[in-house]
Amino acid sequence: MDWIQTFNLAAGALFDPLTAAYILCAIGLSVHFGYTGLLNFGQAAFAGVGAYGMAVGVLTFKLPLLLAMGFSLICIVVFALILGIPTLRLRADYLAIVTIAAAEVFRYLMSTIGFASVTGGSNGLSQFGYEFYTWNPIAKGQYVFGPFNWSEEELWLRIVAFGLVGLSTVLVWLMMRSPWGRILKGIREDEDAVRSLGKNVFFYKLQSLIIGGLFAGIGGMVYVISMSNVQPSSWVTTFTFMIWTVLLLGGAASVLGPVAGGMVFFVMLVLTNEILSGLVAIGWLPFLDQPQVGQLRFILIGLALMLLVIFRPQGMFGNKKELRFNV
Amino acid sequence: MTRIGLLFAAAAVLFTALISGTSAFASPASNHHQATLHSVDAVPGQLIVGGTVKNDGKGVAGIKLHVTGPNFDKVATTDADGKWQIVVPTKAKYKVAIDLTSLPKGVGLRDPSVTEREADVTVTDTAGVLFPLGKDTRVIQPFGDQLIVRLFAGLNLGLLLAVAAIGISLIFGTTGLNNFAHGEMVSFGALFGWLFAVVFNLPLVIAGIITIIASAAFGYLQDAVLWKPLRKRRVGLNQMMIVSIGLSIVVRYVLLIFFSGDTKVLSGVFQAVKIGPIDTTVTSLWSMGLAVVTLAAVALFLTRTRLGKATRAVSDNSSLAAASGIDVEGIIRIVWVVAGGLTGLSGLLYGLQFQASWLTGSQILLLLFAAVTLGGLGTALGATVGALIIGFVVELSSLILPVDLKYAAALIILIVVLLVRPQGVLGKKQRIG
Repeated sequence: MDWIQTFNLAAGALFDPLTAAYILCAIGLSVHFGYTGLLNFGQAAFAGVGAYGMAVGVLTFKLPLLLAMGFSLICIVVFALILGIPTLRLRADYLAIVTIAAAEVFRYLMSTIGFASVTGGSNGLSQFGYEFYTWNPIAKGQYVFGPFNWSEEELWLRIVAFGLVGLSTVLVWLMMRSPWGRILKGIREDEDAVRSLGKNVFFYKLQSLIIGGLFAGIGGMVYVISMSNVQPSSWVTTFTFMIWTVLLLGGAASVLGPVAGGMVFFVMLVLTNEILSGLVAIGWLPFLDQPQVGQLRFILIGLALMLLVIFRPQGMFGNKKELRFNV
Repeated sequence: MTRIGLLFAAAAVLFTALISGTSAFASPASNHHQATLHSVDAVPGQLIVGGTVKNDGKGVAGIKLHVTGPNFDKVATTDADGKWQIVVPTKAKYKVAIDLTSLPKGVGLRDPSVTEREADVTVTDTAGVLFPLGKDTRVIQPFGDQLIVRLFAGLNLGLLLAVAAIGISLIFGTTGLNNFAHGEMVSFGALFGWLFAVVFNLPLVIAGIITIIASAAFGYLQDAVLWKPLRKRRVGLNQMMIVSIGLSIVVRYVLLIFFSGDTKVLSGVFQAVKIGPIDTTVTSLWSMGLAVVTLAAVALFLTRTRLGKATRAVSDNSSLAAASGIDVEGIIRIVWVVAGGLTGLSGLLYGLQFQASWLTGSQILLLLFAAVTLGGLGTALGATVGALIIGFVVELSSLILPVDLKYAAALIILIVVLLVRPQGVLGKKQRIG
C-alpha cells in the first residue's frame, strides 16, 4: 500500500470542510450536553434545519445567500423553541427519546412528496450555494502547502469553515467563563440547587438549546455548501451518533474537545479505511471485500463510542470531575 | 437454574401455540418475487436494464416503462410475456418509471406509492426492475371500508410492536436502561428466521423455535458480557444508554456484513384471505394470533407466577426487592433472556409479513420507544397499550396524510402525549422525575 497517499488522504481529512461541519455540530452539542447536561439526540435535525433553511431561502424565497443564512438561523431558533418548550421539563432520558423522535419527524417532513415543491422531496435541493464562491477574494490558481493541494475555491471554503470553527470555539469559551455559563454548569451538576438560588432553570436550558442549535445549524450550512446539495438522508440518526462520538472523543466539557475530537475522528476514519483496504488488497483479510471495509468502519465507530463512554467518559481532554453523566 | 427451567417451560407453551399453526405456516418459501432478470441474450459488455411486469403470475403485455439516466431517455414496452429490456449506453444509475395509463383496467401497482424504481448498472452489466401488479388499490373504497382495512392493519402492526416493546419495557423497568440496541434484536430475529427457514430450508416452526432460542441466547449474552459488568462498575444510566447506541451501530453493521444489504424474502406464497373489505393472508392471521397468545402468556407470567411477581417487584423498587430476598441480578438475567426471545419472535413475525433486512429493526426502533413511552416507561401492560395506539396511529394516519408520513404521525403523537401527560397512558407520576 501507498503510505504517501495514505498520509496525504489523512492530512486532507484534517482540513476537510466536512470535518469542520461535524466539529461545529459537536461544539453545539458540547453546549447542550457538555455544559448544560441536556441529552440531545436530535442534533442532526438542528443541522438539517440550518441546511434546509438556507437552501429554501435561496431557492424558494429568492433571498441573497447571506440573508438566506440569516433566515436559516431564525428557523433554528423557532425549531429549538418548538422542541424545547414541551420537552425541557422532562427527565433526561425522556428528552433523549423526544429529541431523536423530533429529528426523525423533521427528516420525514423533508422527504415527503407532499412538500416536494419546496424541499425537493427525497432528491433534496441543489444549486443554492454559487453565491458563496463569488465572495471569494482569493486569486485563481492552485495553492500547495505540504501535503495539501487546493484550488482557490477549495481554499476559500476551508478558510471560511475553519474560521467559523475558531470563532465558535472562542465564543463558547467566553460564554462558559461568564456568570451565565456558570449557571449552565450549575444546572448540569445540580438542577435543584440552581433552582433554589432563584434561577429559572427551564429558561436557561432553553437558551442553551437555542445557542447550541445555532452552532449545529451553521455546521449544517457548511456541510451542504461543501456537498453543494442538501438531501434528507444526510440527517439520519447515525449523523447525530457520529457527532456524539466526535464530542465524547475530544471531551464533552472542554473548549478544544470538539475540535480535537473531530480531527482525530476523521483522520482515524481515513487511516483505518486505507489500512484495512490495503490489507484486503494484499489478501490478509480473505473474509472481507472492499465494500465491506466501509461497513467495518461503522463497527469501529460503534466500538469507539462504547469504549469511550465506559472507560474514558471525559474524553481526551476533559476533566473527569467536569463530566458526570447525571442519572 | 430452576428459574431457567421454568422459563423454558413457559416458552414451551408458546411453541405449542406455534406448532398448532404448522400447516398454515409451512408453505413453500420458493418462487416468490424472484428478482433475477429474465434470461437475456446478453452480448458481453452490453449494459441492459430489463424486467418482467406480472399480474397474478402472468405477464402483462403493452406496459410502457420510461427509462431515464445520464443523457438517456427511452421508453420500453413489455412483450406478450410481460418482459421488457432496453440497452443503456453507460454504467450509471437509471430511473425506471412505469406509465400508469398503460396498465389494463382494474390493475394497479401492488405498492401504489412506488411508480419509479432505480436500476443500477454501475457494478453489474444487467439490472432487473420489477413492478409487481395487483388489484388496483387506487379504486376509491367507501370510507367505512377503508377505515376497517386500516384498523385491521393497525391492529396487526400494533400487536407486532407490542411483542417487541414489552422487551424494552421489562429491561427499562428492571435496570433503568433505555436500550437503543433493541431494534437490532428485531433485525436479528428476522434475519435468523430467514437463515433457518429459507437458507437451511427448515420447516417454519422448527426455524421459528431455533430463532427464538438464538434470540434469547443473544439477550442473555448481551447481559452477561456487557450490561452486568457495567452495572458492577456502577456506570451511570445515561452513559449506558450511549453505550447501547454504540452497540446498536456495531450489531447493525455486523448483521450487514454477514447477511449483506438486500431485502430477504421470508414469506412463502401468500394464501390470500378475504374478510369483508379486508384483504389479508393466512400468515398475517397466524402471526396476529400468535402475538395475542404471547402477550397473554407474558401478562399471565407477570401477574400469576412467583417469578413474574418478583420481576414486577424489581421494577417497582429494586433495593426493596433485594432486601426482601429477591435475587435481583437473577431476575435481570431472566428479563434479558425473555426480552431477547420475545423480540426475536417479533422480528420473525415482522419478517414473515414485511420481509427482513439489516435495517428492519432500526426502522421500527423509534416506534417501539414511542410505544413504551406512550404506555408509560417501565410498565409491561402500558407498553402493549402504547404499541396498539402507535399501530393504529401509523395505519389510520394514511387516511389523511401521505403514506410516507405515517411514521412521522406516530412520533408527533408521542411528543403531544408527553406534553399533556408526561407519565404516559398507564405510567406512574413519580417516574418522570
